[in-house]
Amino acid sequence: MERPLRLVTANPLDQLARTLEALLVVAGAPLPLEELVAAADDDGERVEMALGLLSERYREGRSGIVLEQVAGGWAFRASRDAAVACGRLFERPVQRGLSQASLETLAIVAYLGPVTRPEIARIRGVAADSAVAGLVERGLISEAGRDDGVGGAVKYRTTPMFERVFGLESLSQLPRLDDLAGDVDDLRERLHAVAEQRTA
Amino acid sequence: MIVRELELDLDAFEGPFDLLLTLVLKEELDLADVDVAGIVVRFLERLGEREELDLDACGEFLVLVAALLELKARGLFEDEAAELADLEPEEAAEELARRLAEYRRMKEAGGWLAERLAEERDRFFRIGPAPLAPQPERKLAPQEPEQLAEVIRLLAKEPPAVSLSHMALRFPPVSQFVERFRALLSRRSRFDFDAELGGLSRVEQAVAFLALLELRRADEITISQAAPFAPIRVARVGEESAAADERTLAWNARSA
Repeated sequence: MERPLRLVTANPLDQLARTLEALLVVAGAPLPLEELVAAADDDGERVEMALGLLSERYREGRSGIVLEQVAGGWAFRASRDAAVACGRLFERPVQRGLSQASLETLAIVAYLGPVTRPEIARIRGVAADSAVAGLVERGLISEAGRDDGVGGAVKYRTTPMFERVFGLESLSQLPRLDDLAGDVDDLRERLHAVAEQRTA
Repeated sequence: MIVRELELDLDAFEGPFDLLLTLVLKEELDLADVDVAGIVVRFLERLGEREELDLDACGEFLVLVAALLELKARGLFEDEAAELADLEPEEAAEELARRLAEYRRMKEAGGWLAERLAEERDRFFRIGPAPLAPQPERKLAPQEPEQLAEVIRLLAKEPPAVSLSHMALRFPPVSQFVERFRALLSRRSRFDFDAELGGLSRVEQAVAFLALLELRRADEITISQAAPFAPIRVARVGEESAAADERTLAWNARSA
């Protein structure tokens, strides 16, 4: 896909691209397109084109810095080639892996959030308190208001950090829930067999 | 094999099975935190280590675990217990199947996340608070110069001087009064406290009173007072009893 705009030299978007580059290097978190447009004080379409230009310049295999669309915005990260070196100097955001309980809890919050601890416990069949606390501490989920009513339980949702760590542009990139095997036909048959015995 | 002595090593609990049961029954351990499947696995491991099938142990274990599971199920679905009880067995089976499917999907999703995390393990990026956004400059409303001068004059007014009198407060040593009273009593057998110290400041009077108590404690003097707020009479020890009656009469006449 060769666009004339991506020809590097004397590109009319060069100045804008340099500005965007600067904004992205200062940012501590992914910058949404609207913020880039506002900060660069330029036209939205031109900003998108300039970002395309930068994505090409900062891509895996070509640069040590990679520009990516993640967590609803644009951000720089280290290239994968540099991961080993980075690992010597910096800790990964999720250095220690997540336990089965944490992963299931995280999945529930990602798909059903904002969701309360009792709701998580209901689905998993065990209390979710320590898993939730651990995920909050790691910055993967955060509080998002309370359930309606007096003394409503705290609700949780995933954070932009979660999307960044898992390399997701947004939560819509998660596999569709219907596509995940929730197949319990065998169990259903057995349950119904038991039910028949009870009624008989 | 003794089921109650089965050693457990679970997330929520470590120790023998019967201790777990005790803690659960005393409600000191929340059953919701206990991984019952973990207990079953441990039991099966122990069972596997033996050559013969211990039917008694199996029976006891089944009963205990079934009781645990029932308790746990009730705890988890407290509000819904009634609701589920109303369901026909067929409906209940369907509801349970629905919930199991829901959990299984989440378990799958958890597995997907685990894979994704492993794939994306090499992601390094900057995490940090964003630099602060610039504060918009605040424009001040136009002001009348006279009014501003008026306000600044209020502010420029000298505040009232702060009293430092409390810093000058000095407490004379108690010993000073002890000596003074001893000297007094060597000349006279008794004296009237208020009359003797009337001209002194409150603080000095207080210290003098302490000296009085000090002397009383050393049994050098006796103190008497006819009525609350009546003059305090101080006498050398030994003088008191002799002249008691006479003096009491005299004081009464005085206070009246």
